Amino acid sequence: MTDIASTTVRISARPETAKRDIGIKRRYAAERRFRAYGIAAISTGLFFLALLLWTVISNGYTAFQQTTITLPIEFTEKVVDPKGERATDGKVLLTANYPLLVRDALVKQLGIDASKRPQVKQATDMVSASSRTLLRDMVVADPSIIGKTVPVTLLAEANIDSAFKGQIDLKVDESKRKVKNQQVTWMNQLAEAGVLKKSFNTGIFTFGASSRPEAAGVGVAALGSFYMMLIVLVLSLPIGVAASIYLEEFAPKNRLTDLIEVNINNLAAVPSIVYGLLGLAVFINFAGMPRSAAVVGGFVLTLMTLPTIIIATRAALKAVPPSIRSAALGLGASKMQTIFHHVLPLAMPGILTGTIIGLAHALGETAPLLLIGMVAFVVDYPGSPMEPSTALPVQIYMWANEAERAFVERTSGAIIILLIFLVVMNLGAILLRRRFERRW
Amino acid sequence: MNIMSEAAVEKALDQKMNTVPYKMIGKDVSVYYGEKRALFDVNLNIRENTVTALIGPSGCGKSTFLRTLNRMNDTIENCRVTGKITLDEDDIYDPTIDVVELRARVGMVFQKPNPFPKSIYDNVAYGPRIHGLARTKADFDEIVETSLQKAGLFNEVKDRLHEPGTGLSGGQQQRLCIARAVAVSPEVILMDEPCSALDPIATAKVEELIHELRTNFTIVIVTHSMQQAARVSQRTAMFHLGNLVEENDTDKMFTNPDDQRTQDYIMGRFG
Repeated sequence: MTDIASTTVRISARPETAKRDIGIKRRYAAERRFRAYGIAAISTGLFFLALLLWTVISNGYTAFQQTTITLPIEFTEKVVDPKGERATDGKVLLTANYPLLVRDALVKQLGIDASKRPQVKQATDMVSASSRTLLRDMVVADPSIIGKTVPVTLLAEANIDSAFKGQIDLKVDESKRKVKNQQVTWMNQLAEAGVLKKSFNTGIFTFGASSRPEAAGVGVAALGSFYMMLIVLVLSLPIGVAASIYLEEFAPKNRLTDLIEVNINNLAAVPSIVYGLLGLAVFINFAGMPRSAAVVGGFVLTLMTLPTIIIATRAALKAVPPSIRSAALGLGASKMQTIFHHVLPLAMPGILTGTIIGLAHALGETAPLLLIGMVAFVVDYPGSPMEPSTALPVQIYMWANEAERAFVERTSGAIIILLIFLVVMNLGAILLRRRFERRW
Repeated sequence: MNIMSEAAVEKALDQKMNTVPYKMIGKDVSVYYGEKRALFDVNLNIRENTVTALIGPSGCGKSTFLRTLNRMNDTIENCRVTGKITLDEDDIYDPTIDVVELRARVGMVFQKPNPFPKSIYDNVAYGPRIHGLARTKADFDEIVETSLQKAGLFNEVKDRLHEPGTGLSGGQQQRLCIARAVAVSPEVILMDEPCSALDPIATAKVEELIHELRTNFTIVIVTHSMQQAARVSQRTAMFHLGNLVEENDTDKMFTNPDDQRTQDYIMGRFG
């Protein structure tokens, strides 16, 4: 009897312990909540990224199209070389009245009376003033075309370009817009004749700075950026890696190295404009280097990139398992051999990633360049890093200050180009990483 | 002369143990990690062509002593060694001794298999390459082959010498590390718990290998396993709390040790 009683007691006791509340529901709820926060955070990020890309691309894709007018230009000797002096005086071909050739061709194409000056003026305003240099360069390159009629593709003036792309509201009163009704009529007439059409805008990649949007491009700025990236890479990678190896592998751990480490970490957080001031004071004022030159920009960006590279490299070196070091040292490898044969190759993917992130950061940097005079109106390609040049982000900054509709789309277009550069660099980083990782 | 059986040879060897010359002599060896003292005046001699096992509970200083023998302690910050250790009459802590040269003479195998993330061939050829032990491709091929053979690994890997060493099983990796150490032709090989990360079958293979290596090399092995010490070694040294408790023939150590603490440890009363 007592046995039975005790078993019943035990049975009834068991469910009670099973009911013990250990907060399972609460824990799962907390986990679900945390996951929801995470998803919300990522969605917000993706939303803003999409918004950014949408704004930039929708504003900028038209910059990669340019309206052109193809006209049969008659290189009449009377205009180009009225006195027949080109054999003796080379300047004649450079100073000839080329716009007159364009005017004649356009008047002929549109069938306007050449004596009606205001009308002719409106017509010639439709073609970019950059046509002058285009025709001049053609004649100088090949004087034998004088006297012949050659079809030449000319750039349309920026407002006509915008109007043709539908960016100018033609319902606005004529006096309040830059494209006149007569010009719109001609534009449609030329478009129907197949003379005026949209084509891929190679100019945005090759041209330099210009106050005429249709003749402005990022070519010169991209070359300046390229020079600077080259200087940054050549200087900051070896200096940064050497500094990291010394600090991580050789330097004794004491107050001084601690201080250096703290300072490097702080330098990574110093606002970039401070580096610009430093560059102005040291490189330009003290060392007497040229203003606006890519070499100074490169030095300043090198200083700015070094902490990033050193921090990334030290982290990569630290991540190499100590067993590899012991293995090499145990075989009698010297410290140098251990580092260069084993540690550095293993740290390479991390070092490369850090370097490319640093470079990408430097590529997009504007503020320090403003202080060393790289906000310059540079028309010609710099022949060397010592010559005045500008940089992609600075070009974007300058275009963003312009008022014309055509510069708005070009600003976004240049941002797209910069973003493509960055994506390509990051892809390169990923590929290099893969390659190095596969080797091990 | 009649031909002796292998067992008889070994017995004869063991009996002659007390007459075997010393390869390394440690005199009053103390090690400090900063303020903390890890070894207290250890006097331990390593006999030539002998397997010496170092046993003792965790933290007793046996690994520390092992690492003083090829100055691997140098790589640890704040580590200081006093006393005198000689290798064939050369004081290895003498400033004129080059640590690189020392480690070429005293090789090491670690607790966890740590092959380089390179091919099997390059793992073995690395030591000879940095020490300039071979010049032509044929010389390297030969060193790699003989080293792998000595480590009993050649037949298992001969068709994939150029595949990564990290792709081998744990036991094979450890034998690769032994082959790598052997390739430099050291005089002494130090092994720091070489089987602690291996399964019993791989352990048996490594133990067999240690047995064979003894003819050419002097071996010092740290182990946590009493059975392993009894199986592979001829001499055993017992450490406790940074002191050398006893050093004796392995047979005697496991049957009739001189020190009560050794007896207790071997019987599993502490450790």
